[in-house]
Amino acid sequence: MSKSGISNPRTPYLLLLPGIAFLFTFFIWPIANLAQTSTQTPIAGGDTGEYEQTLRWANYLDAFLENKEQFGRSFLYAAIATVAALAIAYPLAYAIAFKAGKYKNVLLVLVVAPFFTSFLLRTIAWKQILGEQGVVVPFLRDLHIIAPSTTLTSSAFAVVAGMTYNFLPFMTLPLYASIDRIDPRTLEASGDLYANGITTFRKVTLPLSMPGVVAGTLLTFIPAAGDYVNAAILGSPQTKMIGNVIESRFFKIVDYPTAAALSFTLMAAILVLVSVYIRKAGTEELV
Amino acid sequence: MSGISSARGDLRIDHVSKSYGDFTAVNDLSLTIPEGSFFALLGPSGCGKTTTLRMVAGLEEPTKGTISLGNTDITFTKPYQRPINTVFQNYALFPHLTIFENIAFGLRRRGIKDVKEQVEKALDLVELSHLSSRKPTQLSGGQQQRIALARAIVNRPALLLLDEPLGALDLKLRRQMQIELKWIQKEVGLTFVHVTHDQEEAMTMADTIAVMNEGEIEQLGSPADLYDNPKTAFVANFLGQSNLIKGTITGNDGDNHVVELFGQKISLAKNRSHAVDNSILAGIRPEKFRISRLATPTSGNILSGGKIEDVSYIGVSTQYQVLMPWGQELMVFEQNDDGVAPFNVGEDVNISWEAGFTFALRGDEDAEAGTEVNPEEIIEDDE
Amino acid sequence: MRTVSRWFQRNLIRIYAVIAFTYLLIPVGYTVAFSFNDGGRSNLIWKGFTFDNWMNPCGAPEVCTALSNSIKIGFLATLFSTILGTMIAFAIGRHKFRGRSTTNLLIFLPMATPEIVLGASMLSLFLTLKINPGFWPTVIAHVMFCISFVVVTVKARIASLDPRLEQAAMDLYANEVETFRRVTLPLVAPGIAGAALLAFSLSFDDFIITNFNSGTMTTFPKFVYVSAARGIPPQANVIGSAMFIIALAVVILGQIVGRKRAVK
Repeated sequence: MSKSGISNPRTPYLLLLPGIAFLFTFFIWPIANLAQTSTQTPIAGGDTGEYEQTLRWANYLDAFLENKEQFGRSFLYAAIATVAALAIAYPLAYAIAFKAGKYKNVLLVLVVAPFFTSFLLRTIAWKQILGEQGVVVPFLRDLHIIAPSTTLTSSAFAVVAGMTYNFLPFMTLPLYASIDRIDPRTLEASGDLYANGITTFRKVTLPLSMPGVVAGTLLTFIPAAGDYVNAAILGSPQTKMIGNVIESRFFKIVDYPTAAALSFTLMAAILVLVSVYIRKAGTEELV
Repeated sequence: MSGISSARGDLRIDHVSKSYGDFTAVNDLSLTIPEGSFFALLGPSGCGKTTTLRMVAGLEEPTKGTISLGNTDITFTKPYQRPINTVFQNYALFPHLTIFENIAFGLRRRGIKDVKEQVEKALDLVELSHLSSRKPTQLSGGQQQRIALARAIVNRPALLLLDEPLGALDLKLRRQMQIELKWIQKEVGLTFVHVTHDQEEAMTMADTIAVMNEGEIEQLGSPADLYDNPKTAFVANFLGQSNLIKGTITGNDGDNHVVELFGQKISLAKNRSHAVDNSILAGIRPEKFRISRLATPTSGNILSGGKIEDVSYIGVSTQYQVLMPWGQELMVFEQNDDGVAPFNVGEDVNISWEAGFTFALRGDEDAEAGTEVNPEEIIEDDE
Repeated sequence: MRTVSRWFQRNLIRIYAVIAFTYLLIPVGYTVAFSFNDGGRSNLIWKGFTFDNWMNPCGAPEVCTALSNSIKIGFLATLFSTILGTMIAFAIGRHKFRGRSTTNLLIFLPMATPEIVLGASMLSLFLTLKINPGFWPTVIAHVMFCISFVVVTVKARIASLDPRLEQAAMDLYANEVETFRRVTLPLVAPGIAGAALLAFSLSFDDFIITNFNSGTMTTFPKFVYVSAARGIPPQANVIGSAMFIIALAVVILGQIVGRKRAVK
């Protein structure tokens, strides 16, 4: 796209060199290294954390079979949280784009505003609001909406809700960006051509906002599937996700090969899902 | 500032070609634009006129050939080293700078001393002094157009290039700006090279027009030359409308050829024929025709046996479509000034015109060339 | 009754927006409120209003060390990732070259990789190289995951730039360097500033990757996570609230300045 037609052909490579070299050293190499680690086994008679390369591919099978429950849970929770975030964010983004008038910028700032407080503080705030000593649980118990033994935290519900909450801005912003680009006259034209509100939404608004839907769901699903913070703060041992397992393999058990194999499996699974999804959704604008 | 060529004089484009892969945008073009003239490059979208302009500006490099200004070869000099400025299509005003700073941009880059004075003079010239502290987005299209002009001419370039400068304006404003541009050109005495697809715009403003088609110049001349005596079917159709009728030269009569059009004989001045052999396309502009009822005596060239097919009343004139015996429809514009009652659809008529108005093209030309204009191409001419 | 229901129908989406915003902002409000709690060390239950925590934000052990580490890391990560990312964005956005789509893929991949994999892979590399986790490994890790976001943000801005503006500058006697300095850079600057802001907030708020690569060094999110078990001191809420207010002020100020500039 050398627009002027006159530019030094070496310029782009010089511009790329430092950044790409950095990404090769600190992204590609670590991933390759992780792949290598994933097939190591403990050195016989060595200390904890000492491994040697034995190309033991069975590490993958062992790691997966041992943790298939957590894998399933990670993808299930991430999928539910993504759908929930989409359901909450779409009308919100639509309202900001089409109904906010001169308050558009103010509302956009409000969407981003939660980012400015540490997400851990906010997650813990939820834990306290919904916890035993918060205001919500006693209130609901008094009204007999929940049983005296029911808790809102330490549950799968709390983990999914926490993820939904934390990734909501990631969903809202790309949705807003693509809905805002829609020319409102196309919606009027659709109405003019005998489409009712629902048909207009299905046939015009939604297809036109697809890039935002794809970007938003990816930005929510990918971090959610690898997340372990929400599960650690809002969950219980029964809601452990694959991220929790990887974390504890690395730090508590010092089982690097299993942690590496799990990480690799997680990444591969996400990449496969993402590429299938992008192809299905029919937009390659992201890459 | 050093580095900027101080060359002045005629612009010479010498055997210049520009290809993008297999596509040839400009093909072996040679052209001289005299200093001080108002020159127009006219043609449909994709004819290579914008590419030519960009090569002159230094924004593209020719694949072959040379471009020189006076005696200086500028083929490969950078745009910022040429004493040439451009009024861009859609203006390309810097949105982050005020109007004043937009106009001062070129002066500052050249290290000129009295920036303020010169900018004010330029703003005066385009009558927008009161807007100097505004930002471009706060101006109307017409105002932006004038600022773009002021930003270029404040540099007193040897050559000013205008790339479809009026394309984004509405019709009324365009007419007004045409007159204004011409006046400014006289006032500042610079060479203007104007690229447009709008034949009326070119004819209103330019001293000389080069009609381009498919990367080559079809014909070059004054607006009157091009209109009255086009050399090719493309020019005949692209500049105004023409009736082109197949015919054969059958004899001579002094300075004139005798031409047979489907059995009827007419006369054609020899110096108005661009045919290479006896086979020709006889051309007559629609407003040169006169229509008469069969009994009415007429002089000059006459074609008889016409039948009025369609009548459109335009106010100053009435346009007729007349079906001739050989099946061709001829277009006739009659001024509504002779008190003759308009003709009705179905009437049998003769068509006549003064012999001197006839021109002739090569008989093997496509009579439709230059008539078809893709509506998409009128909007955006960006190669 | 009918007018009520019609009003409701017409304003449904507005009502919805209000509820959604409430949901988004409740924990923020909670955090700010409890920064004024006279709750002592654990800060779990509302015990009374006080300014003490705000007067003494470093009152809890470690909290200000953690904060200053986070700010230093955030600043360095922002600086390097913005420079490297902007260069890549210009290469992709302004030039045609062999390997462009591979480059695009390389930029996309870190964004499509879960943080835990990024964090784990970098730690495993550092361990292989016998580099101890700590301050610089953390900075490097942050630069790595911020670059892609910078590239995407700046690239979008470059793509919206009319190439004729640069041609016009060249036409008006500005050479390549001057054109870049006087036209390209000022026009892309808002995109670069936005990218830097994004990089800083990503880095400042990062927990997962930091947790893997920081060793014994503490950062603000790490401090919050670790103290969550025994109750977070109100000073953490003070810092969280202060960050919120400062960031909001920066954004609003930026908007006002932007609007003033546009009007002037």
